Amino acid sequence: MRQPLLYIVLLAIAATIGLPANAEAEGRTPKPVVLKGKGEQCVEPTDVMRQRHFEFILSQQQGVRIEKYSLAGCVECHVTLDEKGAYLSIDAKGQFCESCHSYAAVSIDCFDCHESKPEAAVSKEQTFTADHTQFEVLQKPFKSGPEVTKACLSCHTEASKQLHKTKHWSWHLTHPETGQTLGKRHVVNNFYGSVITNYERCTSCHIGYGWKDESFDFTSEENVDCLVCHDTTDSYRKFPADAEHPPYLDQPFPKSGKEIWRAPDLSHAAQHVGKPRRKNCGACHFYADGGDGVKHGDLDSSLANPKQALDVHMGTDGLNFSCTVCHSTESHDIKGSRYTMVAKDTHGIDVPGRDDGSRATCESCHGATPHKTNPHKTAVADKLNEHTDRVACQTCHIPYYAKGGVATKTRLDWSTAGKLDPDGRNLMIEDPQGQVTYTSKMGDSAWGENLVPEYAWFSGEIRYKELGEKIDPDETIALNTFKGSHTDPDARIWPFKAMRGKQPYDAGNQTLAIAHLFGDNDAAYWKSFNWNTAIKVAMDAAGADYSGEHGFIETTMHLPLTHMIATKEEALGCDTCHSRDGRLSQLDGLYMPGRDRSKLLDLIGWLVVLGTLAGVAVHGIARLVFASKSRKN
Amino acid sequence: MARVMMYKRFERLWHWSQALLIISLLITGFEVHGTYRLFGFEQAVDYHVILAWTLIGLWVFAIFWHLTTGEWRQYIPSSPNKIVAMARYYGVDIFMGGGHPFHKTRQQKHNPLQRAAYLSLHVVISPAIWISGWLYLFYASWAEWGLLSLSLGAVALTHTAAAFAMFAFLVAHLYLAITMSTVPLGNVKAMITGYDDEEEEQTLAQN
Repeated sequence: MRQPLLYIVLLAIAATIGLPANAEAEGRTPKPVVLKGKGEQCVEPTDVMRQRHFEFILSQQQGVRIEKYSLAGCVECHVTLDEKGAYLSIDAKGQFCESCHSYAAVSIDCFDCHESKPEAAVSKEQTFTADHTQFEVLQKPFKSGPEVTKACLSCHTEASKQLHKTKHWSWHLTHPETGQTLGKRHVVNNFYGSVITNYERCTSCHIGYGWKDESFDFTSEENVDCLVCHDTTDSYRKFPADAEHPPYLDQPFPKSGKEIWRAPDLSHAAQHVGKPRRKNCGACHFYADGGDGVKHGDLDSSLANPKQALDVHMGTDGLNFSCTVCHSTESHDIKGSRYTMVAKDTHGIDVPGRDDGSRATCESCHGATPHKTNPHKTAVADKLNEHTDRVACQTCHIPYYAKGGVATKTRLDWSTAGKLDPDGRNLMIEDPQGQVTYTSKMGDSAWGENLVPEYAWFSGEIRYKELGEKIDPDETIALNTFKGSHTDPDARIWPFKAMRGKQPYDAGNQTLAIAHLFGDNDAAYWKSFNWNTAIKVAMDAAGADYSGEHGFIETTMHLPLTHMIATKEEALGCDTCHSRDGRLSQLDGLYMPGRDRSKLLDLIGWLVVLGTLAGVAVHGIARLVFASKSRKN
Repeated sequence: MARVMMYKRFERLWHWSQALLIISLLITGFEVHGTYRLFGFEQAVDYHVILAWTLIGLWVFAIFWHLTTGEWRQYIPSSPNKIVAMARYYGVDIFMGGGHPFHKTRQQKHNPLQRAAYLSLHVVISPAIWISGWLYLFYASWAEWGLLSLSLGAVALTHTAAAFAMFAFLVAHLYLAITMSTVPLGNVKAMITGYDDEEEEQTLAQN
């Protein structure tokens, strides 16, 4: 009895002390090598951090992470430098986060959006000669956005004057070809109709401060918002419904909502300005018409930090282009507006000094014959290069859109808006995927991801249906139409996102109608759900005649697609279109090999071939028959 | 009767490589036309273009050979009477056990119907395919060449029509080549080895 007991005791000792020590020495149970951070102590004891760090850095109470657990703070202490003294990403191989996460096979998604290097590294990488933290004029608390702008203008004296000339500021242009008055101040679309009488909400995407009604002063220099485009701290956001201002106090939006919009530290933001990043442009262009991905389909928050697979130019695992690499900018005027599009750039590669320097077409970098010979398909590159005169690059190189995991709105039916629940409260219905399919404010919505574009000839000129134009309510009204056909040498086949829906119109005058949706007054549709008053107020403000009688019409709107360019491996193959029921089966008026044929010619052809075959068969059989007869004879 | 070198080495090389090219072009061509799916449109186009250029190269050599050797004379049309006699043979006499009205010699290795058929192949079907195919291939250069009134549809349909004619020719040619020899597969063997039986000139005169 004594001996077994001894063994058990010895085994127990070995199990608790000896074995792990042995295993570690021999490396049989590998453990992650975790780099030690700066300082003596983390914000919580190490064991607490190990168990609960993901709770601390998760948004606490819907969007507010307290300073103590700031992600930037984690990065600040735990980041390391390479041998050249440059900061490494904290989620790079062997670095603090990655070492444990790869060991535990847990993916890190924090840095899909957040910066994985300290601020110092990020601003250093921007190669500026001016460090804005050192400017005295910025080293003070700012009470409002315009105050910051005043400080900016004290050095950048011409900036606001430049911006005043742009569409980003004026939301207005006269189209040089069609003479139409366009810009966000004027056009009617089938999302929210018009900005007119809805300024306080809509202008949260205007680059200024204070545009809440028609009286907005477009000559004010201090009302230009510098930070919305130049902030690099991600702390500055305009409040959705405060006439372009950021929140100066933490507050929820919507008022009854849970999401808290934090007041940014304006001084900190002003000291950390830089060139616009994808997120800056995306603050408006990703969220156009009410939410992430809603409007464009090829622009949404997935492009903030995309992989190459989503967009070959913007992919952070590749070229990491910001928007302005292609949307080249001079005097704050950004190239590549949809209002004056270049649908076919015959100019080819733009040489600095010789050309206008615009990089907003594919051809301005790639030229008109970009396809290189593939050793396995000798003749195909030439044929592809010959397609560039009639087929836009985007047509083959954007095989699908809304493919970054964010859905885009494809249909909005205002005619079903206004239904309330039994208690008279607004309804909101979501489908099982969490997409909002009905709201009392807007009616029924449909969404889509990984969508196949629609295709049409397009020469760059878009004509918009204007508010006063007569329409036929029995037909589907195209809110924008495109110049171009297969006989127009300036036109190419382009891909489009189609947005369809039903929207109010003036049934008496048979014209489009716009409505006053947003506002703290009873005329606003979202307050009273009364179309007639809402339309009347908006039409009056627009100077349009309203008969007092409204109905709903079916409308379409087409948005040319140019983003989410796939890798070349993912580009569409020939037979996507060159087949009987391919993507271009609706494109009339031209002969396409593989798609088209003359049914009559095919019939005659096969009759000739099969007739010959039948003829020789009959001839051969007859010869055999006669030969056997003559042998018998 | 004598064994002679009926088909010279180049002639045989030309014949068989052309046969291979034409059959491959038909297979890839009808895929491009959308009749079926075999290699995929892109690959079929690529093969078709490569094969077409190869055939054009072969034709350049073949034309040179025909002109320099005088073999082009083999395609001079016979008198209408002889053609009628040949047609009468294929249409009637062949069943009744009548004799062939024509006998192959080194100087005249094609019978009058063959001459007519090959001549139409060389001056109608092939040029139609060649010209329409080239225009098809250089579609992107039409504007440069001033061919603004040409339509791709017309060119494509001409090309398709010529391809059907070529296909029908191939069917008839194979039937006659395989079954019309006195010994089984005699013509095919002759086309491979080059040697065939040559009959005396006067036998032709008897008919």
